[in-house]
Amino acid sequence: MTDTPVLELQGVSKNFGAVQALFEVDFHVSPGEVMALVGDNGAGKSTLIKCIAGIHPIDGGEIRFNGEPVSIHGPKDAARLGIEVVYQDLALCDNLDVVENMYLGRELTDGVRKLDETTMEAKARETLKGLSVTTLSSVRQTVAGLSGGQRQSVAVAKAVMWNSELVILDEPTAALGVAQTAQVLALVKRLGEQGLAVILISHNLHDIFEVADSITVLRLGQNVAEFKRTDTNQQQVVEAITAGKLSKVPGQNAEAVA
Amino acid sequence: MVTEPPLETEGPARDTVAAYARRWWTDVKGGELGSLPIIVGLIIIAIVFQTQNDRFLTASNFVNLIVQTAPYAVIAMGVTFALLLGEIDLSIGFVSGVGGVLIALLVAPDGNEMATLPAFILCLAAGLGIGLLHGLIITKVGVPSFVVTLAGLLAWNGVVLLLIGSRGTVILQNDFVVGLANDFMDPGLSWVLFAVCVGLYAAVHFFTMRSRAKAGLANDPLVIVLLRIGGLAVILAIVIAVANQDRGVPYSGILVGGLFVFWTYVLTRTRFGRHVYAVGGNQEASRRAGINVDRVKILCFMFCSFMAVLGGIILASRLRSVDTNTGGGQALLYPIAAAVIGGTSLFGGRGTMKAALLGALVMISIDNGLGLLGLSSGTKFVVTGGVLLLAVSLDSISRRGRAQSGRA
Repeated sequence: MTDTPVLELQGVSKNFGAVQALFEVDFHVSPGEVMALVGDNGAGKSTLIKCIAGIHPIDGGEIRFNGEPVSIHGPKDAARLGIEVVYQDLALCDNLDVVENMYLGRELTDGVRKLDETTMEAKARETLKGLSVTTLSSVRQTVAGLSGGQRQSVAVAKAVMWNSELVILDEPTAALGVAQTAQVLALVKRLGEQGLAVILISHNLHDIFEVADSITVLRLGQNVAEFKRTDTNQQQVVEAITAGKLSKVPGQNAEAVA
Repeated sequence: MVTEPPLETEGPARDTVAAYARRWWTDVKGGELGSLPIIVGLIIIAIVFQTQNDRFLTASNFVNLIVQTAPYAVIAMGVTFALLLGEIDLSIGFVSGVGGVLIALLVAPDGNEMATLPAFILCLAAGLGIGLLHGLIITKVGVPSFVVTLAGLLAWNGVVLLLIGSRGTVILQNDFVVGLANDFMDPGLSWVLFAVCVGLYAAVHFFTMRSRAKAGLANDPLVIVLLRIGGLAVILAIVIAVANQDRGVPYSGILVGGLFVFWTYVLTRTRFGRHVYAVGGNQEASRRAGINVDRVKILCFMFCSFMAVLGGIILASRLRSVDTNTGGGQALLYPIAAAVIGGTSLFGGRGTMKAALLGALVMISIDNGLGLLGLSSGTKFVVTGGVLLLAVSLDSISRRGRAQSGRA
């Protein structure tokens, strides 16, 4: 684990009209670290990852990637930096098979613009094997036939295949059963062990305490606490989520707080 | 709740014929029927009509079937692009009419006729232009394809009438255009073509197997691959041998075969084809994956209209004339019905060129068979409608099978 964070946000703010969605948020994640991002509904978790993924431009503050200030203007910028997001709805095509989904939009072709199926299949298998995803009976079966956990595994494998440095997982276990949740959490752990920086968004504190190294708590668009998993307990995190100290009370002017 | 599919071990187990057959049967039970129902359907149709009228399975009628199927198969292959997106193109009938009328007028010997080749290129370019117009309105303005092409249906019907004007009927006199559907390949040449096709098919299989083996990937059992190559050889040999007993293989049939191979390659072996399936399966996922969804859609509608115009030219060639009814009637809905009967889903993402081809063959076999029995076109439409309904019902039931086995 190096000291330079892969991603560092300093004082990032985001407004939607009169609504201040993020207010001077500081956030960082290092290689090999699984950083959990928690908060109640409307705390700004989704807005924050959308800012990182380039879907929303930020209104203030600075984003640094590997120590360099960057401006992310779209999903393609984020992908070029090595940031991949696995959205809650997975963004898989049910009618395509596992390999086709993993290479969607970035298909390999050979000299005559013909799809290079052999290389794609071999590399997809390699990636899945590297992540110890072994429950697929065939990488040529359609995604429609997969279980929720398998689908999540495919979506994650798709994200890490492109030499990405930072993988953002949005509620990866929300729709899964017990066994499948365990399967996905094990996968998240392995991502960290492989040296990737991982941001995990979840409502489930149990899951977070199982895999996260650090926990950042957002409340009403501000980060109110940051914990090391080993130094804290669920009680403390819940308190921070529901009653964490705000530097600025929403609805009041900045001057009034000062 | 999605259930875990049965796990199969990979590797050597897959290389036995028994395992392959077992997997195929699991797929069929799970609702992946493939071409099975339509081939069974074709056999039933052949048996029924042959028992009613022994002219159905003669060499002469066989060649008729190819000639009659060709234009609808071409249009059906085009509309498959729209259906794969989960969109529809209702204008194909009259767009094909525009193609037929345009070529007839351009090459008509009225003093200022065009040479055949430029006329052809102009017609096909018009097809691409019509599709571009449809596609731009659908993607950039955001009007549903149903409405755009419904408007197209009316407007292109009007264009057919305007082009024909007071002439009523235009007789085709250009040898090349008429020959498209009315000339037949030399028997010797057709056997050369046969050898080339089977050889290429075998070579493709061979190279695929070699490169997969080199990459350490499982191949289908050799017996199955040989059966596929042998199957193609047998079917093509029967078609050519039977056709050669009569007039020979029609050029329009060869054109259909060439287009079939070309578009199948485009759909299954190119990035564009992959993106067509992706957009039809999950548009939002495709957009997030960086696919230019609008571009894919516009190209699909262009190919659709292009094929409609080409089909219209073949149809005009078969009838040797165009009139004010060109593009109406069967050309309107037979191709869509053909694609759907073949197993292409109206909801997008599922379908093949083979489906369009086999579906068109079913439609025309019924049409042809009922004609031999001397039944009225009223009966024809009722029966064809029933077959369409049956095919779609079968698809719905098999989709339920897929849902139960988690493949919906």
